[in-house]
Amino acid sequence: MAETCSAVLLIAVLAWAVIRPFGWPEAVIAVPAAAFAVVIGTISVGDAGNELARLAPVVGFLAAVLVLAQLCAAEGLFDWCGVWMARVARGRPGRLLLAVFAVASVVTAVFSLDATVVLLTPVVFATTARLAVRARPHVYACTHLSNTASLLLPVSNLTNLLAFSAVGLSFVRFAGLMAMPWIVAIALEYVVFRRYFAADLGVPPACGRAVGSTASKAEPVAPPWFAIATVAATLAGFVITSAAGVNPAWAAGAGALVLSLRALLRRRTTLSGIVSAADLPFLAFVLALAVVVRAVIDNGLDAALRGWLPHNTSLAGLLTIAALAAVLANVINNLPAVLVLVPLSAPAGAPVVLAVLIGVNIGPNLTYAGSLATLLWRRILRQHNHDAGLTDFTILGLLTVPAALVAAVVALWISLHVLGGYGP
Amino acid sequence: MTVVAWIVEATWPACVAAARRYASTDTDVVLLHVTDPNVADVAHGAYAGLLGRHHTHRDPGRQVENLASAAARKLLDEAATQLGRRCTEVERTGPVEREVVGAAEGAELLILARDGDLGHLGPRSLGHATRFIVDHAPCPVLLVWPTAPPAVTTLPPPPDP
Repeated sequence: MAETCSAVLLIAVLAWAVIRPFGWPEAVIAVPAAAFAVVIGTISVGDAGNELARLAPVVGFLAAVLVLAQLCAAEGLFDWCGVWMARVARGRPGRLLLAVFAVASVVTAVFSLDATVVLLTPVVFATTARLAVRARPHVYACTHLSNTASLLLPVSNLTNLLAFSAVGLSFVRFAGLMAMPWIVAIALEYVVFRRYFAADLGVPPACGRAVGSTASKAEPVAPPWFAIATVAATLAGFVITSAAGVNPAWAAGAGALVLSLRALLRRRTTLSGIVSAADLPFLAFVLALAVVVRAVIDNGLDAALRGWLPHNTSLAGLLTIAALAAVLANVINNLPAVLVLVPLSAPAGAPVVLAVLIGVNIGPNLTYAGSLATLLWRRILRQHNHDAGLTDFTILGLLTVPAALVAAVVALWISLHVLGGYGP
Repeated sequence: MTVVAWIVEATWPACVAAARRYASTDTDVVLLHVTDPNVADVAHGAYAGLLGRHHTHRDPGRQVENLASAAARKLLDEAATQLGRRCTEVERTGPVEREVVGAAEGAELLILARDGDLGHLGPRSLGHATRFIVDHAPCPVLLVWPTAPPAVTTLPPPPDP
Protein backbone atom coordinates (compact mmCIF):
# COMPACT_ATOMS: atom_id res chain seq x y z
CA MET A 1 0.00 0.00 0.00
CA ALA A 2 2.71 2.45 1.06
CA GLU A 3 4.65 1.42 -2.06
CA THR A 4 1.78 2.28 -4.36
CA CYS A 5 0.95 5.53 -2.59
CA SER A 6 4.50 6.83 -2.69
CA ALA A 7 4.89 5.83 -6.34
CA VAL A 8 1.63 7.56 -7.30
CA LEU A 9 2.71 10.72 -5.48
CA LEU A 10 6.05 10.75 -7.33
CA ILE A 11 4.37 10.21 -10.69
CA ALA A 12 1.90 13.02 -9.96
CA VAL A 13 4.72 15.41 -9.00
CA LEU A 14 6.75 14.60 -12.12
CA ALA A 15 3.74 14.70 -14.42
CA TRP A 16 2.76 18.11 -13.08
CA ALA A 17 6.32 19.37 -13.54
CA VAL A 18 6.31 18.23 -17.17
CA ILE A 19 2.76 19.30 -18.04
CA ARG A 20 2.64 22.50 -15.95
CA PRO A 21 -1.14 22.98 -15.96
CA PHE A 22 -2.14 26.67 -16.20
CA GLY A 23 1.55 27.55 -16.09
CA TRP A 24 1.50 27.21 -12.29
CA PRO A 25 4.77 26.61 -10.45
CA GLU A 26 5.88 23.01 -10.11
CA ALA A 27 5.93 23.43 -6.33
CA VAL A 28 2.13 23.83 -6.26
CA ILE A 29 1.71 20.07 -6.38
CA ALA A 30 5.13 18.98 -5.12
CA VAL A 31 4.87 20.63 -1.70
CA PRO A 32 1.38 19.27 -0.86
CA ALA A 33 2.47 15.86 -2.20
CA ALA A 34 5.44 15.83 0.17
CA ALA A 35 3.21 16.89 3.07
CA PHE A 36 0.70 14.21 2.12
CA ALA A 37 3.44 11.55 2.05
CA VAL A 38 4.27 12.48 5.65
CA VAL A 39 0.61 12.57 6.73
CA ILE A 40 -0.20 9.12 5.36
CA GLY A 41 3.02 7.79 6.81
CA THR A 42 4.86 6.65 3.67
CA ILE A 43 7.75 8.62 5.12
CA SER A 44 8.14 9.33 8.82
CA VAL A 45 8.31 12.89 10.14
CA GLY A 46 11.83 12.19 11.32
CA ASP A 47 13.04 10.90 7.95
CA ALA A 48 11.41 13.79 6.10
CA GLY A 49 12.99 16.20 8.57
CA ASN A 50 16.41 14.60 8.10
CA GLU A 51 16.07 14.84 4.35
CA LEU A 52 15.10 18.52 4.56
CA ALA A 53 17.91 19.25 7.01
CA ARG A 54 20.42 17.54 4.74
CA LEU A 55 19.22 19.41 1.66
CA ALA A 56 18.69 22.87 3.19
CA PRO A 57 22.35 23.88 2.70
CA VAL A 58 22.25 22.47 -0.84
CA VAL A 59 19.22 24.57 -1.67
CA GLY A 60 20.83 27.62 -0.07
CA PHE A 61 23.91 27.02 -2.21
CA LEU A 62 21.70 26.75 -5.29
CA ALA A 63 19.89 29.99 -4.46
CA ALA A 64 23.19 31.83 -4.04
CA VAL A 65 24.46 30.61 -7.42
CA LEU A 66 21.20 31.57 -9.16
CA VAL A 67 21.38 35.08 -7.67
CA LEU A 68 25.08 35.37 -8.54
CA ALA A 69 24.41 34.44 -12.19
CA GLN A 70 21.45 36.80 -12.52
CA LEU A 71 23.33 39.75 -11.01
CA CYS A 72 26.37 39.05 -13.20
CA ALA A 73 24.01 39.21 -16.18
CA ALA A 74 22.70 42.54 -14.89
CA GLU A 75 26.30 43.76 -14.59
CA GLY A 76 26.74 42.95 -18.28
CA LEU A 77 29.06 39.97 -17.85
CA PHE A 78 27.35 37.81 -20.48
CA ASP A 79 27.03 40.66 -22.98
CA TRP A 80 30.72 41.27 -22.52
CA CYS A 81 31.32 37.56 -23.20
CA GLY A 82 29.47 38.06 -26.50
CA VAL A 83 31.71 40.96 -27.45
CA TRP A 84 34.78 38.96 -26.46
CA MET A 85 33.66 35.96 -28.55
CA ALA A 86 33.06 38.20 -31.56
CA ARG A 87 36.50 39.76 -31.20
CA VAL A 88 38.28 36.43 -30.85
CA ALA A 89 36.37 34.95 -33.79
CA ARG A 90 37.49 37.66 -36.25
CA GLY A 91 34.55 36.72 -38.46
CA ARG A 92 35.59 33.08 -38.81
CA PRO A 93 32.82 30.63 -37.85
CA GLY A 94 35.36 27.98 -36.82
CA ARG A 95 37.09 30.34 -34.42
CA LEU A 96 33.72 31.50 -33.11
CA LEU A 97 32.81 27.90 -32.32
CA LEU A 98 36.02 27.54 -30.34
CA ALA A 99 35.22 30.75 -28.43
CA VAL A 100 31.65 29.57 -27.78
CA PHE A 101 32.99 26.26 -26.47
CA ALA A 102 35.40 28.07 -24.14
CA VAL A 103 32.81 30.53 -22.81
CA ALA A 104 29.95 28.03 -22.50
CA SER A 105 32.20 25.54 -20.69
CA VAL A 106 33.39 28.12 -18.16
CA VAL A 107 29.94 29.70 -17.69
CA THR A 108 28.36 26.29 -17.13
CA ALA A 109 31.07 25.21 -14.70
CA VAL A 110 30.96 28.42 -12.65
CA PHE A 111 27.31 29.55 -12.86
CA SER A 112 25.57 26.20 -13.53
CA LEU A 113 23.76 24.97 -16.60
CA ASP A 114 20.77 27.26 -16.01
CA ALA A 115 22.96 30.28 -16.73
CA THR A 116 24.16 28.81 -20.02
CA VAL A 117 20.66 27.86 -21.17
CA VAL A 118 18.82 30.99 -20.06
CA LEU A 119 21.42 33.76 -20.07
CA LEU A 120 24.19 32.74 -22.48
CA THR A 121 22.27 31.15 -25.38
CA PRO A 122 20.55 34.41 -26.50
CA VAL A 123 23.92 36.22 -26.25
CA VAL A 124 25.56 33.58 -28.45
CA PHE A 125 22.76 33.86 -31.00
CA ALA A 126 23.06 37.66 -31.02
CA THR A 127 26.82 37.30 -31.57
CA THR A 128 26.30 35.05 -34.61
CA ALA A 129 23.80 37.56 -36.00
CA ARG A 130 26.24 40.43 -35.48
CA LEU A 131 29.01 38.52 -37.24
CA ALA A 132 26.54 37.38 -39.95
CA VAL A 133 27.57 33.74 -39.56
CA ARG A 134 25.21 30.78 -39.38
CA ALA A 135 23.83 30.33 -35.90
CA ARG A 136 23.09 26.60 -35.86
CA PRO A 137 26.41 25.12 -34.68
CA HIS A 138 26.88 27.75 -31.99
CA VAL A 139 23.40 27.50 -30.49
CA TYR A 140 23.56 23.70 -30.53
CA ALA A 141 26.94 23.96 -28.80
CA CYS A 142 25.39 25.99 -25.96
CA THR A 143 22.71 23.36 -25.43
CA HIS A 144 25.12 20.45 -25.46
CA LEU A 145 27.70 22.14 -23.25
CA SER A 146 25.09 23.17 -20.69
CA ASN A 147 24.98 19.43 -19.95
CA THR A 148 28.46 18.15 -20.83
CA ALA A 149 30.34 21.04 -19.22
CA SER A 150 28.37 20.73 -15.99
CA LEU A 151 30.68 17.99 -14.70
CA LEU A 152 33.42 20.12 -13.20
CA LEU A 153 32.28 21.76 -9.96
CA PRO A 154 29.61 20.94 -7.40
CA VAL A 155 27.92 24.24 -8.38
CA SER A 156 27.83 23.45 -12.10
CA ASN A 157 24.65 21.40 -11.89
CA LEU A 158 21.99 20.84 -9.26
CA THR A 159 22.62 17.12 -9.72
CA ASN A 160 26.21 17.66 -8.55
CA LEU A 161 25.09 19.68 -5.52
CA LEU A 162 22.68 16.92 -4.50
CA ALA A 163 25.34 14.23 -4.84
CA PHE A 164 28.09 16.37 -3.33
CA SER A 165 26.20 16.62 -0.07
CA ALA A 166 25.85 12.85 0.08
CA VAL A 167 29.37 11.60 -0.60
CA GLY A 168 31.48 13.74 1.69
CA LEU A 169 34.02 14.86 -0.90
CA SER A 170 35.52 18.31 -0.46
CA PHE A 171 34.83 20.95 -3.11
CA VAL A 172 38.42 20.88 -4.34
CA ARG A 173 38.59 17.09 -4.39
CA PHE A 174 35.35 16.90 -6.38
CA ALA A 175 36.73 19.39 -8.91
CA GLY A 176 40.06 17.57 -9.06
CA LEU A 177 38.48 14.21 -9.82
CA MET A 178 36.04 15.67 -12.36
CA ALA A 179 38.53 17.95 -14.16
CA MET A 180 39.80 15.33 -16.56
CA PRO A 181 36.35 13.88 -17.39
CA TRP A 182 35.16 17.48 -17.98
CA ILE A 183 37.97 18.33 -20.40
CA VAL A 184 37.81 14.99 -22.22
CA ALA A 185 34.01 15.18 -22.72
CA ILE A 186 34.17 18.78 -23.97
CA ALA A 187 37.04 17.98 -26.36
CA LEU A 188 35.06 15.08 -27.76
CA GLU A 189 32.01 17.28 -28.30
CA TYR A 190 34.21 19.80 -30.09
CA VAL A 191 35.61 17.23 -32.51
CA VAL A 192 32.12 15.92 -33.34
CA PHE A 193 30.71 19.45 -33.77
CA ARG A 194 33.52 20.48 -36.13
CA ARG A 195 32.78 17.52 -38.36
CA TYR A 196 28.99 17.50 -38.08
CA PHE A 197 28.62 21.21 -38.85
CA ALA A 198 31.46 21.35 -41.38
CA ALA A 199 29.15 22.82 -44.05
CA ASP A 200 28.08 25.69 -41.77
CA LEU A 201 31.56 26.29 -40.40
CA GLY A 202 33.44 25.95 -43.69
CA VAL A 203 32.24 29.18 -45.25
CA PRO A 204 35.19 31.58 -45.11
CA PRO A 205 34.66 35.10 -43.75
CA ALA A 206 35.87 36.65 -46.99
CA CYS A 207 32.49 35.79 -48.57
CA GLY A 208 30.65 38.12 -46.27
CA ARG A 209 33.02 40.96 -47.04
CA ALA A 210 33.50 40.33 -50.74
CA VAL A 211 31.14 43.08 -51.75
CA GLY A 212 30.55 44.97 -48.57
CA SER A 213 31.09 44.26 -44.93
CA THR A 214 28.06 42.65 -43.36
CA ALA A 215 29.62 42.15 -40.00
CA SER A 216 28.98 45.31 -38.08
CA LYS A 217 31.75 46.22 -35.72
CA ALA A 218 31.12 45.38 -32.12
CA GLU A 219 31.26 48.47 -29.96
CA PRO A 220 34.09 48.26 -27.46
CA VAL A 221 32.64 47.32 -24.08
CA ALA A 222 34.60 47.69 -20.88
CA PRO A 223 34.86 44.39 -19.03
CA PRO A 224 32.57 44.32 -15.98
CA TRP A 225 35.54 44.15 -13.62
CA PHE A 226 33.51 44.24 -10.43
CA ALA A 227 31.48 41.18 -11.42
CA ILE A 228 34.58 39.35 -12.68
CA ALA A 229 36.46 40.12 -9.45
CA THR A 230 33.53 39.01 -7.31
CA VAL A 231 33.21 35.73 -9.20
CA ALA A 232 36.98 35.14 -8.97
CA ALA A 233 36.85 35.84 -5.23
CA THR A 234 33.90 33.46 -4.88
CA LEU A 235 35.83 30.70 -6.67
CA ALA A 236 38.81 31.36 -4.38
CA GLY A 237 36.34 31.24 -1.50
CA PHE A 238 35.27 27.74 -2.58
CA VAL A 239 38.89 26.57 -2.31
CA ILE A 240 39.47 28.30 1.05
CA THR A 241 36.22 27.14 2.69
CA SER A 242 36.86 23.68 1.35
CA ALA A 243 40.36 23.63 2.90
CA ALA A 244 38.99 24.99 6.18
CA GLY A 245 36.24 22.37 6.29
CA VAL A 246 33.48 25.00 6.01
CA ASN A 247 30.51 24.55 3.69
CA PRO A 248 31.42 26.29 0.38
CA ALA A 249 27.82 27.52 0.18
CA TRP A 250 28.98 30.37 2.45
CA ALA A 251 31.42 31.53 -0.23
CA ALA A 252 28.65 31.52 -2.84
CA GLY A 253 26.40 33.37 -0.40
CA ALA A 254 29.08 36.00 0.22
CA GLY A 255 29.59 36.52 -3.53
CA ALA A 256 25.84 36.87 -4.09
CA LEU A 257 25.60 39.28 -1.14
CA VAL A 258 28.39 41.54 -2.45
CA LEU A 259 26.81 41.76 -5.93
CA SER A 260 23.34 42.25 -4.41
CA LEU A 261 24.51 45.15 -2.23
CA ARG A 262 26.20 46.82 -5.18
CA ALA A 263 23.15 46.38 -7.40
CA LEU A 264 20.85 47.68 -4.66
CA LEU A 265 23.08 50.71 -3.95
CA ARG A 266 23.20 51.54 -7.62
CA ARG A 267 19.46 50.98 -7.87
CA ARG A 268 19.96 48.43 -10.64
CA THR A 269 17.72 45.95 -8.88
CA THR A 270 15.25 45.74 -6.04
CA LEU A 271 15.01 43.37 -3.13
CA SER A 272 12.11 41.64 -4.85
CA GLY A 273 14.25 41.31 -7.99
CA ILE A 274 16.89 39.46 -5.98
CA VAL A 275 14.32 37.23 -4.29
CA SER A 276 12.82 36.40 -7.67
CA ALA A 277 16.31 35.55 -9.01
CA ALA A 278 16.67 33.08 -6.13
CA ASP A 279 13.57 31.36 -7.51
CA LEU A 280 11.91 30.28 -4.25
CA PRO A 281 9.24 28.11 -5.94
CA PHE A 282 12.02 26.11 -7.61
CA LEU A 283 13.85 25.68 -4.30
CA ALA A 284 10.61 24.48 -2.69
CA PHE A 285 10.09 22.09 -5.60
CA VAL A 286 13.56 20.59 -5.13
CA LEU A 287 13.01 20.02 -1.40
CA ALA A 288 9.53 18.57 -1.91
CA LEU A 289 10.65 16.33 -4.78
CA ALA A 290 13.48 15.04 -2.60
CA VAL A 291 11.05 14.08 0.18
CA VAL A 292 8.70 12.35 -2.27
CA VAL A 293 11.58 10.44 -3.89
CA ARG A 294 12.88 9.46 -0.45
CA ALA A 295 9.47 7.95 0.35
CA VAL A 296 9.58 5.88 -2.85
CA ILE A 297 13.12 4.68 -2.13
CA ASP A 298 12.26 3.67 1.44
CA ASN A 299 9.12 1.86 0.29
CA GLY A 300 10.65 -0.77 -1.91
CA LEU A 301 12.55 0.95 -4.72
CA ASP A 302 15.73 0.58 -2.72
CA ALA A 303 15.29 -3.18 -2.43
CA ALA A 304 14.14 -3.49 -6.04
CA LEU A 305 17.05 -1.58 -7.54
CA ARG A 306 19.85 -2.57 -5.23
CA GLY A 307 20.38 -5.86 -6.97
CA TRP A 308 20.59 -4.11 -10.32
CA LEU A 309 23.14 -1.51 -9.40
CA PRO A 310 26.78 -2.49 -9.77
CA HIS A 311 28.60 -1.67 -6.58
CA ASN A 312 32.13 -2.35 -7.68
CA THR A 313 34.45 0.44 -8.64
CA SER A 314 36.15 -1.37 -11.48
CA LEU A 315 36.12 0.38 -14.85
CA ALA A 316 33.36 -1.93 -16.08
CA GLY A 317 31.30 -1.23 -12.97
CA LEU A 318 31.66 2.53 -13.35
CA LEU A 319 30.77 2.34 -17.06
CA THR A 320 27.67 0.30 -16.30
CA ILE A 321 26.37 2.64 -13.62
CA ALA A 322 27.06 5.72 -15.79
CA ALA A 323 25.12 4.14 -18.67
CA LEU A 324 22.26 3.22 -16.35
CA ALA A 325 22.15 6.76 -14.94
CA ALA A 326 22.13 8.19 -18.47
CA VAL A 327 19.19 5.98 -19.46
CA LEU A 328 17.20 6.88 -16.35
CA ALA A 329 17.91 10.61 -16.87
CA ASN A 330 16.62 10.31 -20.42
CA VAL A 331 13.43 8.56 -19.42
CA ILE A 332 12.28 11.02 -16.73
CA ASN A 333 14.77 13.80 -16.15
CA ASN A 334 18.16 13.96 -14.49
CA LEU A 335 16.86 15.63 -11.33
CA PRO A 336 14.64 12.74 -10.12
CA ALA A 337 17.22 10.32 -11.56
CA VAL A 338 19.95 11.67 -9.33
CA LEU A 339 17.64 11.76 -6.29
CA VAL A 340 16.95 8.05 -6.82
CA LEU A 341 20.47 6.93 -7.70
CA VAL A 342 22.59 8.86 -5.21
CA PRO A 343 21.22 7.28 -2.01
CA LEU A 344 21.50 3.86 -3.65
CA SER A 345 25.04 4.33 -4.88
CA ALA A 346 26.48 6.41 -2.03
CA PRO A 347 27.25 3.36 0.16
CA ALA A 348 29.49 2.04 -2.65
CA GLY A 349 31.63 5.17 -2.35
CA ALA A 350 32.44 8.39 -4.12
CA PRO A 351 33.72 6.83 -7.38
CA VAL A 352 30.33 5.25 -8.07
CA VAL A 353 28.48 8.48 -7.29
CA LEU A 354 30.76 10.43 -9.61
CA ALA A 355 30.05 7.89 -12.36
CA VAL A 356 26.32 8.43 -11.73
CA LEU A 357 26.89 12.17 -12.17
CA ILE A 358 28.70 11.63 -15.47
CA GLY A 359 25.68 9.63 -16.64
CA VAL A 360 22.98 12.06 -15.52
CA ASN A 361 24.86 15.16 -16.68
CA ILE A 362 25.99 14.05 -20.16
CA GLY A 363 23.03 11.73 -20.80
CA PRO A 364 20.31 14.38 -21.38
CA ASN A 365 22.01 15.41 -24.65
CA LEU A 366 20.55 12.26 -26.12
CA THR A 367 16.96 13.46 -25.89
CA TYR A 368 15.66 16.72 -27.20
CA ALA A 369 14.14 18.65 -24.27
CA GLY A 370 16.08 16.73 -21.65
CA SER A 371 13.89 13.67 -21.29
CA LEU A 372 11.53 11.43 -23.18
CA ALA A 373 8.67 12.44 -20.89
CA THR A 374 9.06 16.14 -21.73
CA LEU A 375 9.60 15.36 -25.39
CA LEU A 376 6.41 13.31 -25.63
CA TRP A 377 4.41 15.98 -23.89
CA ARG A 378 5.77 18.68 -26.19
CA ARG A 379 4.79 16.59 -29.18
CA ILE A 380 1.29 16.12 -27.79
CA LEU A 381 1.06 19.89 -27.40
CA ARG A 382 2.55 20.30 -30.87
CA GLN A 383 4.94 22.87 -29.52
CA HIS A 384 7.52 21.16 -31.59
CA ASN A 385 6.58 20.36 -35.16
CA HIS A 386 9.93 20.29 -36.84
CA ASP A 387 10.97 16.72 -37.35
CA ALA A 388 14.17 17.77 -39.05
CA GLY A 389 15.31 19.48 -35.88
CA LEU A 390 14.47 16.46 -33.80
CA THR A 391 16.40 14.20 -36.16
CA ASP A 392 19.35 16.58 -36.18
CA PHE A 393 19.43 16.80 -32.42
CA THR A 394 19.10 13.04 -31.96
CA ILE A 395 21.84 12.22 -34.47
CA LEU A 396 24.13 14.70 -32.76
CA GLY A 397 23.22 13.11 -29.42
CA LEU A 398 23.97 9.61 -30.69
CA LEU A 399 27.32 10.80 -32.05
CA THR A 400 28.38 12.51 -28.83
CA VAL A 401 26.70 10.97 -25.78
CA PRO A 402 27.87 7.32 -25.83
CA ALA A 403 31.41 8.35 -26.78
CA ALA A 404 31.53 11.17 -24.23
CA LEU A 405 30.16 8.88 -21.50
CA VAL A 406 32.82 6.25 -22.11
CA ALA A 407 35.62 8.80 -22.47
CA ALA A 408 34.57 10.68 -19.32
CA VAL A 409 34.26 7.51 -17.23
CA VAL A 410 37.66 6.28 -18.39
CA ALA A 411 39.07 9.72 -17.52
CA LEU A 412 37.42 9.48 -14.09
CA TRP A 413 38.88 6.02 -13.56
CA ILE A 414 42.36 7.32 -14.44
CA SER A 415 41.88 10.35 -12.16
CA LEU A 416 40.82 8.07 -9.32
CA HIS A 417 43.99 6.05 -9.75
CA VAL A 418 46.29 9.04 -10.14
CA LEU A 419 44.74 11.09 -7.33
CA GLY A 420 43.98 8.10 -5.15
CA GLY A 421 40.24 8.56 -5.00
CA TYR A 422 39.55 5.03 -3.88
CA GLY A 423 40.81 5.71 -0.41
CA PRO A 424 38.71 7.28 2.31
CA MET B 1 8.96 37.10 -64.51
CA THR B 2 10.93 36.89 -61.30
CA VAL B 3 14.46 36.04 -60.28
CA VAL B 4 14.77 34.69 -56.77
CA ALA B 5 18.05 35.18 -54.91
CA TRP B 6 18.39 33.10 -51.76
CA ILE B 7 20.06 35.26 -49.12
CA VAL B 8 22.07 33.27 -46.59
CA GLU B 9 24.44 34.56 -43.91
CA ALA B 10 28.02 34.95 -45.16
CA THR B 11 27.49 33.84 -48.76
CA TRP B 12 24.75 36.28 -49.86
CA PRO B 13 26.87 39.04 -51.48
CA ALA B 14 27.73 36.67 -54.35
CA CYS B 15 24.02 36.02 -54.99
CA VAL B 16 23.24 39.74 -55.00
CA ALA B 17 26.12 40.32 -57.42
CA ALA B 18 24.77 37.57 -59.68
CA ALA B 19 21.27 39.06 -59.55
CA ARG B 20 22.64 42.46 -60.58
CA ARG B 21 24.47 40.83 -63.43
CA TYR B 22 21.96 38.32 -64.78
CA ALA B 23 18.49 39.69 -63.97
CA SER B 24 17.30 41.94 -66.79
CA THR B 25 15.95 45.31 -65.74
CA ASP B 26 12.32 44.37 -66.39
CA THR B 27 12.35 41.31 -64.09
CA ASP B 28 11.32 41.38 -60.48
CA VAL B 29 14.10 40.41 -58.13
CA VAL B 30 12.98 38.62 -55.00
CA LEU B 31 15.45 38.54 -52.11
CA LEU B 32 14.50 35.50 -50.03
CA HIS B 33 15.65 34.75 -46.52
CA VAL B 34 14.53 31.63 -44.66
CA THR B 35 14.90 31.38 -40.89
CA ASP B 36 15.58 27.90 -39.58
CA PRO B 37 13.10 27.38 -36.70
CA ASN B 38 15.24 24.58 -35.33
CA VAL B 39 17.70 27.03 -33.82
CA ALA B 40 15.06 28.62 -31.60
CA ASP B 41 13.54 25.18 -31.00
CA VAL B 42 16.83 23.90 -29.62
CA ALA B 43 16.82 26.79 -27.17
CA HIS B 44 13.16 26.04 -26.28
CA GLY B 45 14.08 22.37 -25.80
CA ALA B 46 17.04 23.11 -23.54
CA TYR B 47 14.79 25.27 -21.37
CA ALA B 48 12.13 22.54 -21.27
CA GLY B 49 14.83 20.18 -19.98
CA LEU B 50 15.28 22.29 -16.84
CA LEU B 51 12.71 20.53 -14.68
CA GLY B 52 11.08 22.77 -12.10
CA ARG B 53 12.12 26.17 -13.49
CA HIS B 54 9.34 26.93 -15.94
CA HIS B 55 7.10 29.26 -14.06
CA THR B 56 9.63 32.08 -14.48
CA HIS B 57 8.92 32.51 -18.21
CA ARG B 58 12.50 33.10 -19.13
CA ASP B 59 12.45 30.83 -22.17
CA PRO B 60 15.58 31.73 -24.18
CA GLY B 61 13.90 30.30 -27.30
CA ARG B 62 11.58 33.28 -27.43
CA GLN B 63 14.50 35.69 -27.28
CA VAL B 64 16.24 33.75 -30.03
CA GLU B 65 13.09 33.94 -32.18
CA ASN B 66 12.94 37.73 -31.79
CA LEU B 67 16.64 38.15 -32.46
CA ALA B 68 16.41 35.87 -35.51
CA SER B 69 13.59 37.82 -37.04
CA ALA B 70 15.43 41.13 -36.49
CA ALA B 71 18.63 39.65 -37.96
CA ALA B 72 16.76 38.37 -41.03
CA ARG B 73 15.26 41.81 -41.68
CA LYS B 74 18.64 43.48 -41.32
CA LEU B 75 20.28 41.00 -43.69
CA LEU B 76 17.57 41.49 -46.31
CA ASP B 77 17.84 45.28 -46.02
CA GLU B 78 21.59 45.11 -46.49
CA ALA B 79 21.14 42.86 -49.51
CA ALA B 80 18.55 45.23 -50.98
CA THR B 81 20.91 48.16 -50.55
CA GLN B 82 23.68 46.19 -52.21
CA LEU B 83 21.38 45.25 -55.08
CA GLY B 84 20.65 48.92 -55.71
CA ARG B 85 17.39 48.44 -57.58
CA ARG B 86 13.75 47.83 -56.83
CA CYS B 87 13.17 44.39 -55.35
CA THR B 88 10.87 42.41 -53.10
CA GLU B 89 12.14 41.21 -49.72
CA VAL B 90 10.60 37.92 -48.64
CA GLU B 91 11.12 36.51 -45.15
CA ARG B 92 10.04 32.96 -44.46
CA THR B 93 10.36 30.61 -41.49
CA GLY B 94 10.37 26.85 -41.83
CA PRO B 95 12.44 23.89 -43.04
CA VAL B 96 14.97 25.88 -45.05
CA GLU B 97 15.35 23.70 -48.14
CA ARG B 98 11.60 23.18 -48.56
CA GLU B 99 10.79 26.86 -48.10
CA VAL B 100 13.35 27.84 -50.76
CA VAL B 101 11.99 25.28 -53.25
CA GLY B 102 8.45 26.50 -52.51
CA ALA B 103 9.42 30.15 -52.95
CA ALA B 104 11.07 29.38 -56.30
CA GLU B 105 7.87 28.04 -57.82
CA GLY B 106 7.11 29.87 -61.07
CA ALA B 107 10.38 31.80 -60.95
CA GLU B 108 12.51 32.37 -64.02
CA LEU B 109 15.70 31.71 -62.15
CA LEU B 110 16.83 30.78 -58.64
CA ILE B 111 20.24 32.08 -57.59
CA LEU B 112 22.06 30.44 -54.74
CA ALA B 113 25.62 30.27 -53.50
CA ARG B 114 27.77 27.23 -52.92
CA ASP B 115 28.36 26.49 -49.29
CA GLY B 116 29.95 23.67 -47.41
CA ASP B 117 33.70 23.19 -47.34
CA LEU B 118 34.80 25.48 -50.16
CA GLY B 119 38.30 24.04 -50.11
CA HIS B 120 36.91 20.63 -51.00
CA LEU B 121 35.66 20.69 -54.58
CA GLY B 122 33.67 17.52 -54.59
CA PRO B 123 32.11 15.07 -54.78
CA ARG B 124 29.55 15.86 -52.07
CA SER B 125 30.76 19.42 -51.70
CA LEU B 126 27.47 21.20 -51.06
CA GLY B 127 25.78 21.69 -47.72
CA HIS B 128 22.65 19.64 -47.07
CA ALA B 129 20.07 22.36 -47.79
CA THR B 130 21.83 23.58 -50.92
CA ARG B 131 22.10 20.06 -52.28
CA PHE B 132 18.39 19.46 -51.67
CA ILE B 133 17.43 22.69 -53.40
CA VAL B 134 19.61 21.98 -56.44
CA ASP B 135 18.01 18.54 -56.67
CA HIS B 136 14.40 19.69 -56.31
CA ALA B 137 14.27 23.23 -57.67
CA PRO B 138 11.20 23.80 -59.89
CA CYS B 139 13.11 26.25 -62.10
CA PRO B 140 16.57 26.83 -63.57
CA VAL B 141 19.22 27.25 -60.91
CA LEU B 142 22.27 29.49 -60.96
CA LEU B 143 24.86 28.20 -58.50
CA VAL B 144 27.52 30.82 -57.83
CA TRP B 145 30.77 30.78 -55.94
CA PRO B 146 30.77 32.97 -52.84
CA THR B 147 34.51 33.45 -53.36
CA ALA B 148 36.57 33.51 -56.56
CA PRO B 149 35.84 30.29 -58.47
CA PRO B 150 38.65 27.73 -58.60
CA ALA B 151 41.01 27.51 -61.58
CA VAL B 152 40.66 24.64 -64.05
CA THR B 153 44.02 23.36 -62.84
CA THR B 154 42.35 22.26 -59.61
CA LEU B 155 40.63 19.43 -61.50
CA PRO B 156 41.64 16.04 -60.16
CA PRO B 157 43.37 13.68 -62.61
CA PRO B 158 40.92 11.57 -64.64
CA PRO B 159 40.23 8.13 -63.19
CA ASP B 160 42.14 5.23 -64.68
CA PRO B 161 40.17 3.59 -67.49
